[in-house]
Amino acid sequence: MNALIFLTVFPLCVAVLAALLPVGLHALRKTIGIIAAVVMSALSVYLLIAYHDAGPLYFTFDSPMVDWCMLGVELFIAVFVVVFSIRHKRYLPVVLVVVQSVIMFGFEFTSGRGIQVEHNLFIDMFSIIMALIIGIIGNAICLYGIGYMAEYQEHYPEIKDRRRFFFFMMYAFLGAMFGLVFSNNIMWFYFFWEITTILSPLLIGYRNDEESIKSMFRTLNMNLIGGLGFAVGIVTLYSGSHVMELDKMMQLDKALVLIPAVCIVFAGLEKSAQFPFSSWLTGAMVAPTPVSALLHSSTMVKAGVYAILRMSPMMKDTAAANMLMYMGGMTFLVTALIAISQSNGKKVLAYSTISNLGLIVACAGVSSPAALWSALLLIIFHAVSKPLLFLCVGVCEYKLNSRDIEDMDYLIMRVPKLAAAMMIGMAGMFLAPFGMIVGKFATLKAFLDQSPFMAMSIAYGSAATVFFWSKWMGKIMTIKYGVTQLMEHLISGWEKFVLAVFAAATLLVCLAFPLVSSRLVDPYVQSVFGTYPVPSTFTLSVIFGMLASLFIILPLGLYYYGHSSKEYKRVGTYFGGANIDELSFRGPMDRQLTAETRNYYLSRYFGEGVLFNIGVFISLILILIMFGVVIL
Amino acid sequence: MNTLIGIYQSMSIFERMLAYIIFAPFIGGLLAGIDRKLTARLQGRVGPPIRQPFFDALKLFQKESVVVNKFQNFPIILFFIFTVLAGALFFGGSNFLLTVFSLTLSGVFFVLSGFSVSSPYSHVGAEREIIQTASYEPMIILLAAGFYLATGTFNVGEIALYKKPLILVLPGIFAGYLYILTIKFRKSPFDLSMSHEGHQELVRGLTTEFSGPALALIEITHWYENVLLLGIIYLFFAFNPWLALAVTFGSYLLEIFIDNNYARFKWQLTFASSWVFTAAVAVSNIIVFGLIR
Amino acid sequence: MGWFKRSPWVIHCNATSCNGCDIEFLASLSPMYDIGRFGVINIGSPKHADILVVTGSVNAKSTQVLKTIYAQMPNPKVIMAVGLCAVSGCVFQDCYNVQGGVDKVLPVDVYVPGCAARPESIIDGLFKACDKLEEKYMQHKENKRKAG
Repeated sequence: MNALIFLTVFPLCVAVLAALLPVGLHALRKTIGIIAAVVMSALSVYLLIAYHDAGPLYFTFDSPMVDWCMLGVELFIAVFVVVFSIRHKRYLPVVLVVVQSVIMFGFEFTSGRGIQVEHNLFIDMFSIIMALIIGIIGNAICLYGIGYMAEYQEHYPEIKDRRRFFFFMMYAFLGAMFGLVFSNNIMWFYFFWEITTILSPLLIGYRNDEESIKSMFRTLNMNLIGGLGFAVGIVTLYSGSHVMELDKMMQLDKALVLIPAVCIVFAGLEKSAQFPFSSWLTGAMVAPTPVSALLHSSTMVKAGVYAILRMSPMMKDTAAANMLMYMGGMTFLVTALIAISQSNGKKVLAYSTISNLGLIVACAGVSSPAALWSALLLIIFHAVSKPLLFLCVGVCEYKLNSRDIEDMDYLIMRVPKLAAAMMIGMAGMFLAPFGMIVGKFATLKAFLDQSPFMAMSIAYGSAATVFFWSKWMGKIMTIKYGVTQLMEHLISGWEKFVLAVFAAATLLVCLAFPLVSSRLVDPYVQSVFGTYPVPSTFTLSVIFGMLASLFIILPLGLYYYGHSSKEYKRVGTYFGGANIDELSFRGPMDRQLTAETRNYYLSRYFGEGVLFNIGVFISLILILIMFGVVIL
Repeated sequence: MNTLIGIYQSMSIFERMLAYIIFAPFIGGLLAGIDRKLTARLQGRVGPPIRQPFFDALKLFQKESVVVNKFQNFPIILFFIFTVLAGALFFGGSNFLLTVFSLTLSGVFFVLSGFSVSSPYSHVGAEREIIQTASYEPMIILLAAGFYLATGTFNVGEIALYKKPLILVLPGIFAGYLYILTIKFRKSPFDLSMSHEGHQELVRGLTTEFSGPALALIEITHWYENVLLLGIIYLFFAFNPWLALAVTFGSYLLEIFIDNNYARFKWQLTFASSWVFTAAVAVSNIIVFGLIR
Repeated sequence: MGWFKRSPWVIHCNATSCNGCDIEFLASLSPMYDIGRFGVINIGSPKHADILVVTGSVNAKSTQVLKTIYAQMPNPKVIMAVGLCAVSGCVFQDCYNVQGGVDKVLPVDVYVPGCAARPESIIDGLFKACDKLEEKYMQHKENKRKAG
């Protein structure tokens, strides 16, 4: 248990340290970051080793001090939001936070007085998986951020250097995430949830320019709406059943627990940027890259689906669960379609994130062993591949001055290692035999067993996914001799190191897929349902064989084709015979024209405007139905 | 025929895969030859001999290999390997989804080879190839879904031995599959990215910048793929092997017939029509199936 | 033994032709004469082609185009000059823009005379071109064997 408390508090200490350290001591900052990363990762791994055999373990940790502290911090956050919003002349957050505070504090000081909580903390396999993600990947991103922010400030001297505050927030965020996944006490869960609610917009608004402030407040508003839902859920839970613990909640009679579960699911939907709350995630792309990587791909949005997955066994076989499933499936499909029409790299990644989260939410709605299995696999593989992609796009953005896919021509010639890392990340997202596709097809089976209509969503969503990823992959893979110079030297060794670590992690996790599924995912699914789906040995070995052969063939082939002295005759591309040199040809009126290639974006069919509104509209209807069926 | 089925069942999975790997190019090449001969006859010509595709492939292997960049032939080799794997897994009788994975993977490698060359024609061919892939992908997945709903398993070996006629349970899915089969065979009206009959479509579409052995490999890979695609048709009629073989061959002839009668669709129409048609037939099939059960 | 006789793929280039010989060449592909039965395909990309069929005489601009396309063809390859203009320039050989027949810029292997060249002559020329292809391939193999 001490490990759990340490993991929650230690990042906070690091955060305070980061806030206090003066700006210039870069090496010291890096060292502290490395130490913190090593400590937290080691501890997460220790948790895995120590607790992987046991089922869920519960710990008592009685401390009224902690409860009072939490209350104080919540009050501070509420006041901070009020002051901050008034200063920026936005009044909606004020209203939201006041309503929420009235509900929560009213609750705390009346019926909440007598809350008896048996176990405040707990740990089970799902928490361990999340802890591993936060500990290893979250820290790697913070570590990357240390180097990144230094250059960021140099690159944009007009932005006020609030680096210390930035790192304070990043590490505090890690601590909050740890606390979230270890909390059994739902009030504590809510506390850590609210910390992420306030930290996320502040990190998004780092640049402090007009666009960032707009995004920041949109995020803040939506987070507060979600928090409001959460608060309502807590109040209804306690007033109906006098229970304030996750494990006891799971054992309650379904009728009592349905409304609170749906409320918390509502909050989770908001936090993981499902429709109708998706606009905060796409707007959050103005933030510096480490923020996007940390919050919006590997940790905070995972907190949202974590909450939903925890609530899903309580909603099993209800109409509300069906609504959840439709919502997730619809989000998956619509955002995948929108991603086809986006040329801004970060937006494609954002929509792809929402899409994957939609699939996880749909699995939560189905709530069968197979669905839970694939949901966890999707979480793991997404958490490893997506930050890699965000970091790569971030590097592109300010080394090569563009985040637009159309400007990533010949990336493999300009910055080969970066392009290789990007391709690994993209392959991890949609190509067999990497993990994501296994997750998607396990989801297909889970859907077919429950609600065959949902297979449509996977079918069309998969097609859309193949479309926009292969488009992008092809773009960075174009090769043209003699026309581009190597820009690799612009990327610092530190960044290359972190990207290499992420790429290696992606490959490793995919290669270790059988281990991952049997050691990490199966035990959790078993603890919830009593059984776990067993993919056939042949299937697994074929997938493993495909992966292994790719790992061997790809480097060998690249080496052979790159370095061997095999005789080959190189000629120009076909321009109808009018070639002038590698890139240009003789056009009409004898002008020299350069051949340019552009991707299809099909914005007429998959434009963001129309599809987004459709998504919001359908999701609002589904949410109304979801609440309707539980209240009535 | 039952002896053939008996032989098939007695072979181990590896023997079946080996049989596919050895025999499929010959069958595929002959089918391609029949295609050209029949097309010629329908056009009032004499047409090349049936063994012509083999002559073409052999000649291409004897040609010099010219490239635009060093790496362009490598994705083609991967395209070949994974298509053969997909077919081998299918005829070996294993999980159908593995076949779908492998086909998608090989398709992506094909597209990447087109992109890596950075030639305008190749690039447009690659983009259209992606659109083609996105057009038929939903149907392939719904095909797997349909088989699962009807028989309760994804395993091709079990589906092939299923006693009840799948065609009666999954007529919509069969119709949808026939529709996208034209796309997968790269026949008019869906021969957008590299046409087998329209020899100068986009100059040569995706394959514009490939020559010699690489081109031969692409051709042979298409033969493997064609045999796999026809094998899927067999599954719908597997309750009566003779009927299944006849229908399979008949569908191929139907494809040739359609090829000769239709002009090429624009890619917008291809994309939209295949998605709409897929949705219509698959949804209705699944709904009706759900109601019956 | 080479397979070029069985599967000669032709790329057709019009230098400055009046299109008469082009039409005759395309007529050879039509059901009336049908060179498709010999495995001939009128291919679009030079990288796929064995035989370069050139019609029309050569001027400065078409010189460059022809040379580029010829350079992009993989070995073994032959050039067939179809029609008198491609063979020698015919009535245009003294014009100030015309350089002459194709052999002024590229090594022609087969000459098919006629104005316009008849499909029967074109087919005859094709067979000769196929023989030439086989010859070149054997030569190439010999050279490789001697070198390696």
